[in-house]
Amino acid sequence: MIPQFIVENSPALMVIVPLVAAFITPFIGRISSGIRSIWVGGAMAVTSAITLILAFDVYSAGTRLYVFGARAASAAIPPDSGGIPIRIIFEVDPMSALMLVITAISGFAIILYSLSSERSHTGLESYYTLFLLMITGILGMVSTGDIFNFFVFLEILSLASAGLIAYRIDGGVAVEAALKYFVLSTIGALAILVAIGIYYGEYNALNMAMIASRMQFSLLDQVALVLIIAALAMKCGAVPMHFWTPDAYSMAPSSITALLVVASQASLYGLFRIVFSLYSVTLNAVMVGWLIIILGVLSMVVGVTMAIPQKNVKRLMAYHAVSQTGYMLLGVGVGLAVLGNQPLLDAFGYLAMEGGIFHIINHAMYKGLLFLTAGAIFLRVGTYNLNKMGGLGHSMKWTMVFFIIGALAIAGIPPFNGFASKLMIYESVFMFNPVLAVIAMVVSILTLASFVKVFHSIFMGPKLPEFADVKEAPLAMLLGMGILALVVVLFGLFPGIVVENLITPAAHALVDQGAYISTVLGGA
Amino acid sequence: MFWNLPLIAVVALTIIALATIVFKKNLIKVFLGIVILESAVNLFLISLGYREGGIAPIYTNAPSSAMVLPTPQALTLTSIVIGVATSALLLSFAIIIWKKYGSIDIEMIRRLKE
Repeated sequence: MIPQFIVENSPALMVIVPLVAAFITPFIGRISSGIRSIWVGGAMAVTSAITLILAFDVYSAGTRLYVFGARAASAAIPPDSGGIPIRIIFEVDPMSALMLVITAISGFAIILYSLSSERSHTGLESYYTLFLLMITGILGMVSTGDIFNFFVFLEILSLASAGLIAYRIDGGVAVEAALKYFVLSTIGALAILVAIGIYYGEYNALNMAMIASRMQFSLLDQVALVLIIAALAMKCGAVPMHFWTPDAYSMAPSSITALLVVASQASLYGLFRIVFSLYSVTLNAVMVGWLIIILGVLSMVVGVTMAIPQKNVKRLMAYHAVSQTGYMLLGVGVGLAVLGNQPLLDAFGYLAMEGGIFHIINHAMYKGLLFLTAGAIFLRVGTYNLNKMGGLGHSMKWTMVFFIIGALAIAGIPPFNGFASKLMIYESVFMFNPVLAVIAMVVSILTLASFVKVFHSIFMGPKLPEFADVKEAPLAMLLGMGILALVVVLFGLFPGIVVENLITPAAHALVDQGAYISTVLGGA
Repeated sequence: MFWNLPLIAVVALTIIALATIVFKKNLIKVFLGIVILESAVNLFLISLGYREGGIAPIYTNAPSSAMVLPTPQALTLTSIVIGVATSALLLSFAIIIWKKYGSIDIEMIRRLKE
């Protein structure tokens, strides 16, 4: 049904299509804005389709290796290279495939949404160019098997994100937020580059599987690990380095904020990939595991307490994003802390990791949905200030329904997807350390309290006279939100199927370092 | 002794760069700090690739077989290109900040907090 050519070359195509489409967009935009909308929508739809084809193939046929510049994946190690994979290699295992699914669904929903929400703005050719570049960066980051390539895609992502955060200059305030984000992520990326230099100097390789197979965890490797964890924890917005998140998330256009959430998850993926696939059991799993757990607990608590007093709805949601990132770090951190101890790993380690990984995809869906509803409200009302809004439930019924779905999902109320993943985290973390599970539940309750307040001040109450002529959001925006809401509800109704088919393979792929190495190096 | 000279330079440049980024109040000087940090990292990568007596890996008429693997140079080249894009974006931010705020003192760029 699907041409073999596309299936075989999907890892390359999914990066090439948005990359090429991005740079053609400004030229298409000169013809007419309608054709440009079709062009970028079509490019994103094709990218999503290819990405989903690849993800489906990975889930059904196992880890996919794609070697650039070679005829077949078996040529990963050229015969005359002395056993070093010198070509750039994409290694898409079930964990990467999960991130691909997230990006494909969110990317498509968000572009549908922005075709309508950004219509009245100027500078759209650069908007869509940068948007597609962000997609390129995310897809490349989560599928590459080459650590320098990871850095390159990370930088593509940072540059495009910074440009888009500053896209609505807004009296210079948005530029200020972008500046903060970009200075931090540049310094972080340079730290990663130093770590890459250390790996190269030590192991003579840039391929992650090759480095992993030679990993000795010397002092230099510890320095590199610290640099990478610090940089990527900053990029995903974990607490001691979270201060860019509320600024950048609240100042970017809402559609971009939803994509920034996915971008943060890609950094989180990078963190897990480095810790599990590159270091695995060589590192002091208990210490690094606890480090990640502490980062997670701090993020949860600080994020939610900062969120409660916020007046700006997007700033509030941004602090909640920090708090939810904490859950993922907590779940996967618990899995890491018991790595190498098979009985404990079987007892609750896998469950904790599955919970954390499941929360990644759930978070991308409901948090994206919430930011999109905030954008729809802003489009119609013109303010993010909670004290000025009220009574919108009378006129924006669909937006209200989507907001309720997102808010209940983030608070972990059944039958929405947030409940499924949070329950897995609570159960497993309770067996590891009951105090952590109690903290996680308290944070969840505070989240619910906070969103009840937001819901009340936006939608409830009598119709305000100044918003008398407010209409429902346009159809394309509702469609974009509807896709995400549908996923939130489906994942909440059938968590068993999702966990079994998507999440468990991902968690096992992350733990099984040997399989990751032998896919590239063969045998071993 | 002299083997470590490039690495000592890397450390010195890193310290200068971080001090500039943290202590300078002028936005342009902060950006210069970032550029210096980039140079430090590039120097680090290049010094990793240095082998005494190695020659460029061009097979035609090569006098000996001791060739340098060109990967670090390729990495540095990529890193320089990314650095140019970074500097361009940062400076364009500075232009907008100057137009909108009338100042590039980081003490004055605090409207987000209000």
